Amino acid sequence: MAEIAGHTIPNRSPLMAFLERWFLTTNHKEIGSLYLWLSFVLFFIGGAMAMLIRVELFQPGLQYLEPLFYNQMVTMHGLIMVFGVVMPGFVGLANWQIPMMIGAPDMALPRLNNFSFWILPFAFTLLTSSLFMEGGAPNFGWTFYAPLSTTYGPPSTDFFILGVHLMGVSSILGAINIIVTIFNMRTEGMTLMKMPLFVWTWLITAFLLVMVMPVLAGAVTMMLTDRHFGTSFFEAAGGGDPLLFQHVFWFFGHPEVYILILPGFGIASQIIPTFARKKLFGYTSMVYATASIAILSFVVWGHHMFAAGLPLAAELFFMYCTMLIAVPTGVKVFNWVATMWRGSMTFETPMLFALGFVILFTIGGFSGLMLALVPADFQYHDTFFVVAHFHYVLYPGAIFGIMSAVYYWLPKWCGNMYDERLGKIHFWTAIIAVNMTFFPMHFIGLAGMPRRIVDYSIQFADFNMVSSIGAALLGLTQVLFLYIVIKAIRGGEKATPQVWEGAEGLEWTLPSPAPLHTFEAPPQFPAPQEAYKHE
Amino acid sequence: MDNGKHVTSITSMLQRGLTFLLFMAFSAANFAADLDLRPGVTDMSQRIQSLHHTSLIICSVIGVVVFGLMFYSMYAHRRTKNPTPADFHESTIVEVIWTLIPVLILVSLAVPATTALIEIEDNSDPDLTVLITGSQWKWHYQYLESDINFYSNLATSQEQRDNLEPKGVNYLLEVDNVLVLPTNKKVRFLTTSDDVIHSWWIPDFAVKQDAVPGFINEAWTRVDEPGVFRGQCAEFCGKDHAFMPIVVEVQAEADFDQWLEDQRLAIELASGQAVADRAKTWAMAELMEIGEQVYVDHCATCHELDGAGQGSTYPALAGGEIPNGPMEAHIEQVMNGKADTEMQAWAPQLSDLEIASVITYERNSFGNETADLVQPITIYESR
Repeated sequence: MAEIAGHTIPNRSPLMAFLERWFLTTNHKEIGSLYLWLSFVLFFIGGAMAMLIRVELFQPGLQYLEPLFYNQMVTMHGLIMVFGVVMPGFVGLANWQIPMMIGAPDMALPRLNNFSFWILPFAFTLLTSSLFMEGGAPNFGWTFYAPLSTTYGPPSTDFFILGVHLMGVSSILGAINIIVTIFNMRTEGMTLMKMPLFVWTWLITAFLLVMVMPVLAGAVTMMLTDRHFGTSFFEAAGGGDPLLFQHVFWFFGHPEVYILILPGFGIASQIIPTFARKKLFGYTSMVYATASIAILSFVVWGHHMFAAGLPLAAELFFMYCTMLIAVPTGVKVFNWVATMWRGSMTFETPMLFALGFVILFTIGGFSGLMLALVPADFQYHDTFFVVAHFHYVLYPGAIFGIMSAVYYWLPKWCGNMYDERLGKIHFWTAIIAVNMTFFPMHFIGLAGMPRRIVDYSIQFADFNMVSSIGAALLGLTQVLFLYIVIKAIRGGEKATPQVWEGAEGLEWTLPSPAPLHTFEAPPQFPAPQEAYKHE
Repeated sequence: MDNGKHVTSITSMLQRGLTFLLFMAFSAANFAADLDLRPGVTDMSQRIQSLHHTSLIICSVIGVVVFGLMFYSMYAHRRTKNPTPADFHESTIVEVIWTLIPVLILVSLAVPATTALIEIEDNSDPDLTVLITGSQWKWHYQYLESDINFYSNLATSQEQRDNLEPKGVNYLLEVDNVLVLPTNKKVRFLTTSDDVIHSWWIPDFAVKQDAVPGFINEAWTRVDEPGVFRGQCAEFCGKDHAFMPIVVEVQAEADFDQWLEDQRLAIELASGQAVADRAKTWAMAELMEIGEQVYVDHCATCHELDGAGQGSTYPALAGGEIPNGPMEAHIEQVMNGKADTEMQAWAPQLSDLEIASVITYERNSFGNETADLVQPITIYESR
């Protein structure tokens, strides 16, 4: 008989023990790891699809992919990266970190937590299995505009719809769990305005999720009934409106893009003060700025539809609201710079990724502001300029955010320092490759290359080649990342409890690696200085 | 060495240097132009380019200042230079300042954007209206003031796309029938679609308008100088989204009037030809020859040159049910398409002779051996 945390369980074969541990776990740290590993696996699958896309676009002409298969890759790459990589990645970080940062023993609803994770592997199995079906996988873009996805969608569209429903259920349950945990399980003395910024940004993100995932569920349900039950929500021939789809989709979709970035803001707001050895500048304004961005995200969906035929008044409204988002976003960037100002900085890998995040995300913000100007958007819309824009906010934005968080907290999770030299190599190759891949896309777009095309006119050839070479490097460098993570888990220099000398917060008072169960008694907050020093 | 020579050599060096510098500046400018949004050929496209420049410059200046401060801080406030960090972390005044300044900058961008947009959306009083209908994967143009209408298909050969032939200068940006417009007229475009959403875009006019099935959108342009302008479908519309280009030829007014006249004559000629085609009884060999060409031009993109199709989405014609089944069903499907699939109605797009020959071709190729033969008169009567 073995004894784990006071529970006596019968002896099992190692396989059964393994399965029981990971399938039945209700522990926030184990579930956090599951989320992060799922995200990592899907990162390589979605990344492999991106490689195929870039291989086909290396030169003009049809070389390797049939147009229909190319469209499937474009669609699945988007869906997997958005729903399978960034969202589970952030939820994994939330699972690991939020209880440790607010001094809670676990998430508020541990069984729900297990359920919301284990939905996901089934959702993605359903989605990716469509690649092997008659007629192929969904081929209508991750935005699945009707009627391309309804009347003209392949048979596998129904699997896609079911997959999206499952992901939505998982996200809503996960978000409810995070909200309940944050509201109820903070240690004494941690008022809302004393919460770490990562917790704040996740609280706001969770509210966005609860509000918009049902809208997405509505959109796919309307698709399903249009396809099979004789309704005509999106079918003009039956009295419906294809643009209704876009309104519903982007009412979900715009808050969704902030879901993909707000936790990243939180991560940068944790890491920059640690390595600048200086408190975060303008904590209160950071919280309000995040909340303003979230609220504004509900009234800007029309900026995805400027060329779709909106009336003038709607175009002006959406343009002004979109431009307004630049203000709170600017405040955040200025606050990060002010945090660095007259600090005492060192540049370990998490800091490098966080700084890369701030700079390159800001570049993506600039092109976002340009896209908000309706007349100019008529030229940018649906070109590679847009592809450049959203990859700048998603790759060096969301993905770099997740990577800096992994480097930052990995020693806490596994007890070992990662290889700093390799970490730095990873950062520098990634930042060169990410710019080489996505910066030329601005030029290709301005020159007039539409997005989502399998073949292009010869005037766009040079920069597409540069971009494809960059993409290959970017893909390779993430294999290095995988190696670094595995190497750290398997061994390495032992981490101290505080890990980083400038780190503050409850999670750094715990031993490294953090034991399976932590804070069974609520800790003192703020943690006294000696709490960081114990062995 | 005498002085004069010396001076000459200096001047020539200066000259060469200047030429070189000019050359460098010129190629830099050229290079920069390649990287930039094109100015286009209309007042509006040029205003949009300058709006693009304004926003780009504002963003660049902000970027230089913010990133400059960041890099300075990374240099000057690193631990080895600044071992003791300062401990300030709040300042309401600073926060208010860096909230208000961006607002002012945004207002300065919103003003020109708003005035331009109001003008773009003013579709009133056009001199000429063209109804543009997108379908998978071609454009249909109708001049609403006359009965001229035609389809515009990609003209780049499959061989060029498959890298079997060298690619032309206008690879993927060339069509069989170009849209012809007059100079100095306000031309209104009405866009709609037969199937999925497409988007009609000519960068040089800065006109991009989605074509939505069941709805009609508006846009307009006015071009001062004749020329040929190329664009592409901008909204993801399925398999051949990359292969539905747009070419517009703007002609001086007199030339345009002549073109209209030629089109009218051509329509009359074609209807005369159609009557003659109907009257004639065609031989198998003739129909097969015409049919093969029609098949290659319009059908092979989905059903493949050898009739093998592509999975269940684009069914095989070789041994297929329709080409080997009853003739009436085959004619019906080719003429009226198949609901809820990408199979289009070809009756409005092809002549009686073309439809008759392609059906004949499909029933007697790819191993199909029905020996059936369809005469144009049959198609005429089925219309």
